[in-house]
Amino acid sequence: MSPLLSIDNLSAVSRRDGKPILRNVSLHVDSGTIHGLVGESGAGKSTISKIILGIVSGGVVVTSGSVMLGANDLVRMPEREKRVLIGSQMALIPQDPLTALNPGRRIGDQLTDSLRMWKGMGHKAAWARGLELLDHVAIRDPQRVMGLFPHHLSGGMRQRVLIAAAFAIEPKLLIADEPTTALDATVQKQVLQLLKRLQAEHGTAVVFVTHDLGVVAQICDAVTLLFQGKVMEQGTAETIFNTPSHAYTRALLAASPRYDDPAAGLNPIDDAVIAACRAEVAQFDGAQHA
Amino acid sequence: MIELVAKRAGMAAITLFGVAVVVFVLLRVAPGDPIAMMIGPGATAEDIVRLRASYGLDQSLFNQFWIWLGSLVQGDFGTSISRRVGVGQLLLERLPATIELAIMALLVAIVLGGFIAIIGTLWRRHWSVGAVDGVNGLLLAIPEFVWALALVLVLGVALPVLPLSGRINPSLPTDFKTGFYLLEALLTLRFDLALDLARHMAMPVLALALPLAGIIARVLREALGEAMMQDYVTLARVKGMSELRLILSEAMRNAVGPTLALTGVQFTFLIGGTVIVEKIFSYPGLGNMAIDAVINRDFPLIQGLVLMFGVIFILINLIVDFAVVAFNPRLRHG
Amino acid sequence: MVDTSLAQTPHRSWQPALRAALGDPKVLVGGGFIAFLIVLALGADLLAPHDPLAQDLMLGSLPPVGMAGAEPGYWLGTDDLGRDVLSRFIHGTRTALTVAFIAATIAAVVGTFVGLLAGYFGGWVDAVVSRLIEIWMAFPAVLLSILIVAILGSGVHSVIFAIAIIDWTRFARVVRAETMAQRQTDYVTAGQVLGFSRLGILAGEILPNVLWVVLGLFTLELGLAVVIEAILSFVGLSVSSDTPTWGGMIAQGRGIIYQAWWVFALPLAGLLATVLAFNQLGAGLRRSLDPVMQR
Ligand SMILES: Nc1ncnc2c1ncn2[C@@H]1O[C@H](COP(=O)(O)OP(=O)(O)O)[C@@H](O)[C@H]1O
Ligand SMILES: [Mg+2]
Repeated sequence: MSPLLSIDNLSAVSRRDGKPILRNVSLHVDSGTIHGLVGESGAGKSTISKIILGIVSGGVVVTSGSVMLGANDLVRMPEREKRVLIGSQMALIPQDPLTALNPGRRIGDQLTDSLRMWKGMGHKAAWARGLELLDHVAIRDPQRVMGLFPHHLSGGMRQRVLIAAAFAIEPKLLIADEPTTALDATVQKQVLQLLKRLQAEHGTAVVFVTHDLGVVAQICDAVTLLFQGKVMEQGTAETIFNTPSHAYTRALLAASPRYDDPAAGLNPIDDAVIAACRAEVAQFDGAQHA
Repeated sequence: MIELVAKRAGMAAITLFGVAVVVFVLLRVAPGDPIAMMIGPGATAEDIVRLRASYGLDQSLFNQFWIWLGSLVQGDFGTSISRRVGVGQLLLERLPATIELAIMALLVAIVLGGFIAIIGTLWRRHWSVGAVDGVNGLLLAIPEFVWALALVLVLGVALPVLPLSGRINPSLPTDFKTGFYLLEALLTLRFDLALDLARHMAMPVLALALPLAGIIARVLREALGEAMMQDYVTLARVKGMSELRLILSEAMRNAVGPTLALTGVQFTFLIGGTVIVEKIFSYPGLGNMAIDAVINRDFPLIQGLVLMFGVIFILINLIVDFAVVAFNPRLRHG
Repeated sequence: MVDTSLAQTPHRSWQPALRAALGDPKVLVGGGFIAFLIVLALGADLLAPHDPLAQDLMLGSLPPVGMAGAEPGYWLGTDDLGRDVLSRFIHGTRTALTVAFIAATIAAVVGTFVGLLAGYFGGWVDAVVSRLIEIWMAFPAVLLSILIVAILGSGVHSVIFAIAIIDWTRFARVVRAETMAQRQTDYVTAGQVLGFSRLGILAGEILPNVLWVVLGLFTLELGLAVVIEAILSFVGLSVSSDTPTWGGMIAQGRGIIYQAWWVFALPLAGLLATVLAFNQLGAGLRRSLDPVMQR
């Protein structure tokens, strides 16, 4: 069976200075699996997410490659069709729940937007479904919360609302861009469990963006490691964690808090490894120009 | 909320008091006997003595001020010198015409300014936004006086499609029960009258509305552009909303608040502009009367007009303050 | 010890600023038109083809040259009294610019002075000035001008006074803020340490830097003043009726608009062009001087 999402040889540059942002990235996500997209800040994780979702800013130019959702190439589709496809089949769980909800609209309205737009539901039906959705993400007193404005809710509550909204239309593909970074540790864990539970229930494919290998170990089936927009290593979670082949992966693993033993100390990433990665990227760029 | 209302109302009262002080002082420094200015010509010497006593002009300036203020509060604005009618009555006669004109202009400015802001936001990454910038720049640069004259030339004379002056065709029945002709004509379903009133109002309304539309467009565009960069708009875009819907249903409600505050201040300027625009189109409102009052040096009438405009300005500011609160869910549902 | 080199005022040098301004198309177009108007105003007596007051009823309501019935020599036609429209327009330019420059200068000088004092001394001086400005701005400008002209009587002096007394706050507010910002800078502090007198610092250190801001405001104020003068002469509250003014011509032209629309159209076009020119000049100056001001 072919994968749900296929990214092949995707390259992008900065419009301002032509500096490469993505370097020949290929990445495949099967239905119903969670794919971890890992890298340090600036590696290009968000850029990939935004290209998938059709919200990449004008500052980034896609120079080559394709992003296929099923049989549709998102890079080359007409704007209008793309908007419909993405709206009805994908969803995003954003990084910062504090800014991702419209301060001027009621929770209930924002939660049920996609139901009304893509499921043909009327206001009443959508509202009833919204109550169920909130209940399902363990929000107490959904009736009341539906009528509130975002500033009445805590960050954790808002992220639950956003997760509920993301699953509302039962999307085929979900993009979660560091969905727990902005939350504090205990809430982080609950939200992660919630996400994992809903994903399993609905059989949704997820691209899970993070810089935290510990989180990847908990929920991901497959992993892609990015460094400066280039894929360093890719494989099943098992392979990556048990038999990493790239020095960068090993260094990252060594630098992460041990997911099985958080008490163990941290090792900073070896400068020599970073230098080697830079050299690899430079070599790639040289080969491109030649 | 209640605290805010009380605070604003208190500040409005202080400003109004300040306006009264300024009017009092200015009219006292004006050359001439204030009593001679307060009453109509043809008053006897006895009248003057009586009035002088009733105004307490033999008392200290400080006491005079309170006596003067007291008579104003009781609705006694004196008698117009040039028209020989009570100033209060004159003001009430003319007020509705100006209110209708100003509110129509405000509505047109909001619609036009909003339209320009939406188009400008929609095209913000496209070269064609230059055309929107150009139109917006013209609206901002040209004052209502110049618009009014240009409209006279183009729509009144060159392509004579609109009447040049007045409020209604004099051959039409004008048995209105209130001063709000347009509103009354619409409510009583006399659409022929409403149409004629609207045709007479069209040019003055446009002249007043165009500069305000420019300001609304500029401020709203800025606020919309700001809102369109927020995360919640990106999320809504992923939900599949069209660009226009993003502007209208996501960005607009958060851009209206900041725009409102400024629109309120500018609306008071629009009302100031009615003075000259009503004059140009011989529109029978307060502003038109104000210029005649100045030309005739009709001080009781001038005093009444200035105070009336002062009250209007202060009321508008008060209303705007509350409207801003009403549009901010954070303040509304604290 | 204070390093005395700190006390060197970083005067924004005029040359690069001027060069930047002259390279700006808005400044060129707007400033070019204003320069043209100034030439017209100064040379009105030489440039005007006819006496602006000379009436000749035989030559009444002549259309501009190029239209049927035009008379050579009367390029833009005549009014109903046979007075040459172009000559009256040129002389009207003189009134418009004179009033605008005097009124704007008074507003700028008074506003700058008050703003400097408030911004530099702070404390109760600033408190009093700020309150005053607030009350002033709460008072609708049109009404204030009407009150002033009503009290002083009509005439060009009242018009100038009215414009200045309404608009000095525009300068005071901005200069106050700018002065406050300047006061924090190193060279002013150094000047204080070196024992320069307060007035010396105000005049020698702060004023030259604030002048850039005043220049931009002044340009915009000129445009506003031209319009206010036109309004007041339109309603007959400005100069006496035998002096040609744009507003007076417009009012006269409004009455004969069906016989001689050009009497109305020319001063209107002039007013429109002047407003736009001052606007462009002001915008261009602000744009091209801003980077200089950042230094
Ligand atoms: N709008 C933009 N214009 C130009 N460069 C951008 C833009 N957005 C991101 N970049 C660049 O792309 C690179 C990757 O950014 P991003 O995808 O946000 O990284 P990550 O999400 O992994 O932290 C960074 O070097 C960043 O500077
Ligand atoms: Mg990111």
